[in-house]
This record gives sequence, structure tokens and C-alpha cells, in this order.
Amino acid sequence: MNATLGMAALLLTGACTSALADETTLRLKDGAEAVTVRAYCSICHSIDYVQMNAPFMKRAQWDAEVHKMVKVMGAPVPDDEVAKIIDYLTRNYGVE
Amino acid sequence: MMTRRLILKGTIGGLAAASGGLAGSIARAALPAGTLESQTLERLAGKQPLLKRSYRPPNYETPVEYFDNVITPNDRFFVRWHLMQIPEIDASEWRLTVSGDAATQELSLSLDQLKHEFEPAEVVAVCQCSGNRRGLSDPHVPGVEWGYGAMGNARWRGVRLKDVLARAGLRKEAVEIAFDGADRPPLDATPDFQKSLPVWKALDENTLIAYEMNGAPLPHWNGHPARIVVPGWTATYWMKKVISIRALTQPLSSFWMASAYRIPKGKFPVIDRFTTQESETTTPITEMVVNSLITNLKDGQRLPARAPAVVKGLAWDGGYGIRRVDVSVNDGRTWEQADLGVDLGRYSFRPWQYVFTPRATGPMTVMARASNAQGASQTYELIFNGPGYHNNVVQRVTVEIA
Repeated sequence: MNATLGMAALLLTGACTSALADETTLRLKDGAEAVTVRAYCSICHSIDYVQMNAPFMKRAQWDAEVHKMVKVMGAPVPDDEVAKIIDYLTRNYGVE
Repeated sequence: MMTRRLILKGTIGGLAAASGGLAGSIARAALPAGTLESQTLERLAGKQPLLKRSYRPPNYETPVEYFDNVITPNDRFFVRWHLMQIPEIDASEWRLTVSGDAATQELSLSLDQLKHEFEPAEVVAVCQCSGNRRGLSDPHVPGVEWGYGAMGNARWRGVRLKDVLARAGLRKEAVEIAFDGADRPPLDATPDFQKSLPVWKALDENTLIAYEMNGAPLPHWNGHPARIVVPGWTATYWMKKVISIRALTQPLSSFWMASAYRIPKGKFPVIDRFTTQESETTTPITEMVVNSLITNLKDGQRLPARAPAVVKGLAWDGGYGIRRVDVSVNDGRTWEQADLGVDLGRYSFRPWQYVFTPRATGPMTVMARASNAQGASQTYELIFNGPGYHNNVVQRVTVEIA
């Protein structure tokens, strides 16, 4: 996991030439998984995707979305983090 | 490179207070609360302030107020990317390869060759994201939560795709023409954004490889130095920064064809079928449905009683041509035909306007409904679908007559 987080950090600071400056001001709601969500989701997209898709998504929809990111888009999220991320997104950006 | 793209930043709320309202006609069908909270007006390099939906990949839509002309200026044109790595390309270095198992020879073309070795062609055409108005879906569906502005209308100049395919030589076994752009995902595991067209649409004389937009080179954000232009079809096929064209004897199997950009079969009036990509239950989205937008009125706007008032807007469809636009100023009880404006061709926005004199004071709900040459018109109820495509529900804008 450390290697993956390191890769995410590298992508955010150096390699992603198309990143736009102001996404650094985006904030996620407090929670144990906020750091994890930022680390993995930010590899490929700014986290305003999360807020933009709030608060209408039910748990099943966040579940489907996170699994799509892992299985289809190749997000390198370890198995034991997936459920925690879904739980955080549902509680903070969705409806139970 | 990062800082120069960000010159202006302000929340919609702040600017709306200053300018008398911006979010306009988004009323009965509203964007998600989180979308409204996270949207900001921001200026990408070379662009007027646009409504930011996401920073990376960059997704920015055109505010309704900007649609006051039949042509959408390049600096007001919406921006939509799937993948975050979007290289700035030096036009003199750019090469377009044409290959594939259904091509008899491989080509590598420079921009100069495209411009000088093929006959130029032009078309005025609407480029509209398949998901335009997704954010107004009820119930809401996941995705980029676009309002009304993930679209624009430009004069595209380039060469006919069919002429380039003819130079390469198209074998009779060809079923699809596939496109890849220079944009890349950050992870190898992420499906690259590749799309295909059925051969018949690729060979349409209006389908172009465009290197100019409204008389200027394409902006970086809109596909510099060249993009595919597929008049009548949604923007998902309009590959930006195109670097590869392949003629295929088998359908392209890619996430972006097989799983994304698909609509349920039988729900929409599709004439342009894409049979090699159809499944039992779904089919790729193809032509745009007939639609219109009221561009000069917003909810809550005050108009004086007993003075002539004008409703203005745009109408478009999948290339059959707008036949009429009807306007109601009494919440749909009665309708009158609007005057159609300049005709820039069947793939273009068609401007329209309707002049009337409000008599009674109080709230007045204005609606517009476009119909095309096929007799198709806009729906009053959303045809719900999971990806939120093809939203052409008749708008309702409520003004105040005082």
C-alpha cells in the first residue's frame, strides 16, 4: 500500500502535466478514510467528482461506482480498503 | 503551465449576485446539491470563464448566457475529457497514422499534408456531449453532472475522412473505422479512450478530420491540432487530438464502445443504427435527439406587462433539420409558432425567437418545443436511462410579469 500511495503522490506532484492548480484546494469531509479516498481516487481524477455526485447516491450505487473504478478502470485499491471507502462515501456523500 | 490556466475563479453564487443570476433556467429539474456546491466559474487558458464540473480530467460547461449567437465562439466552447493526461501537441510534430487490417496500405500524414494534399471541406455542426443535461435526470444518475451547456456549434474545416480512407485504400471487408487520440490514462490498467464508427458513417461526406474551428486552429482543450467531426452524432465519436485511424474487419472491442455510451434498445427514436456494436438489450448512442434551449430568459426574471417581450433560443437535432419551434407562454396550455432564424445547414443550431406582449401580471411559465423534418419532437417527460443520455425534456422557465 505504501508503494501505491507513493505512486499517487508522485502522480499528483510531478507526472500529471494536465492537473490543474486549484484542485489542491478541494477538501473531503472528515473521516478515517478521507486520506485513503484522496490517495487512491486522486491518481486518476480530482476529488470534485465525489462532491459533484452527492448526495443522491445510495450505498449500492457507491458500491457499484467504486467496484467499477477498481475492476474496470484499474484503480489499485487493496481489497481490504474497498469496503471502507464505500462506507465513507455512502456516509458522507450519499444516502443510506 | 499550471498557473496560466487559472486566471479567474469565483463561485456561481457570488457572480450570480453581482450579475443578476447565472444558473438560469435550471429550475424544475435541478442539478444535485453537491454539483451546485462544487461548481465554480473558472477560466482555462484561452477560454472565457466556464462552469467547472471537474478539474482533472478537465470538464467545463458553457453557461447558458453564452449561447446568444448561433455560432459558439472557441473561447466559450465546452471542454470534456475522460483521461487526465492531455499533451499539448506541436502541430509541426503531429502525425496521423492510418492503418488497420482493412486498410490496403499504411499512411503517416503531417498536418501540412492534410491541408495541401486533400480537398478542404467545411460544415457547421453541433458538438454535444452524450451526457448533456445528465445532471437534470430525475432520479439523478452518477457521472459528470452536466447542466445545459455541454454543447456548442462551430464551423469546422478540415478534410473528408472518406478521402483519407480512400488514400489508404479500404478493403471491402471493413466494418468499422476506429479512432485514438493522444490523451492517455495515468494507469496502464485504465482502458484507453478509443471509439469507432460504422463504415457508412465514416464515409459520409460530412464526416471530417477537422483542423480549424471557426476559422482558427482548434484550441488545445477542443482537440488541437485535429479532431474527428461527426455531424449529427453525439460528441463521444468526435475524437480529439486524433493520432490514429484504423480500418477494421472486426468491431472494435473497447470499454468505451462495449460498456459505455450505450442506450437501451427501443426507448429512443434512433434512425442511425450501429449494428456491429448492438447487443440484445443495448445499442451505442448515435444521433442526437431533437432539442431546444431558451437562451435569454431565466427563472425569476422580471418582464414588464403590456410591453413587447421576446423569447429567444436555439434548436438542433441529429441532422434532419429543424422544421419548427413552438412556444408557450402559459405553461403549455396554448402554443404559437416561433420565427426561425438563419439556416447554417441541417447540422447547425437553428436560432428562433417569439415576440409577445404579456397582459396580466404575476408568474408566467415559458416553454419551447422543437420539431424536426422527421416529425420528431421533444418529450414532456424524461425517458429515464441509467447513463442519463438523450435528455430533451421541454424546458419550463418561469418569469415574473410586473
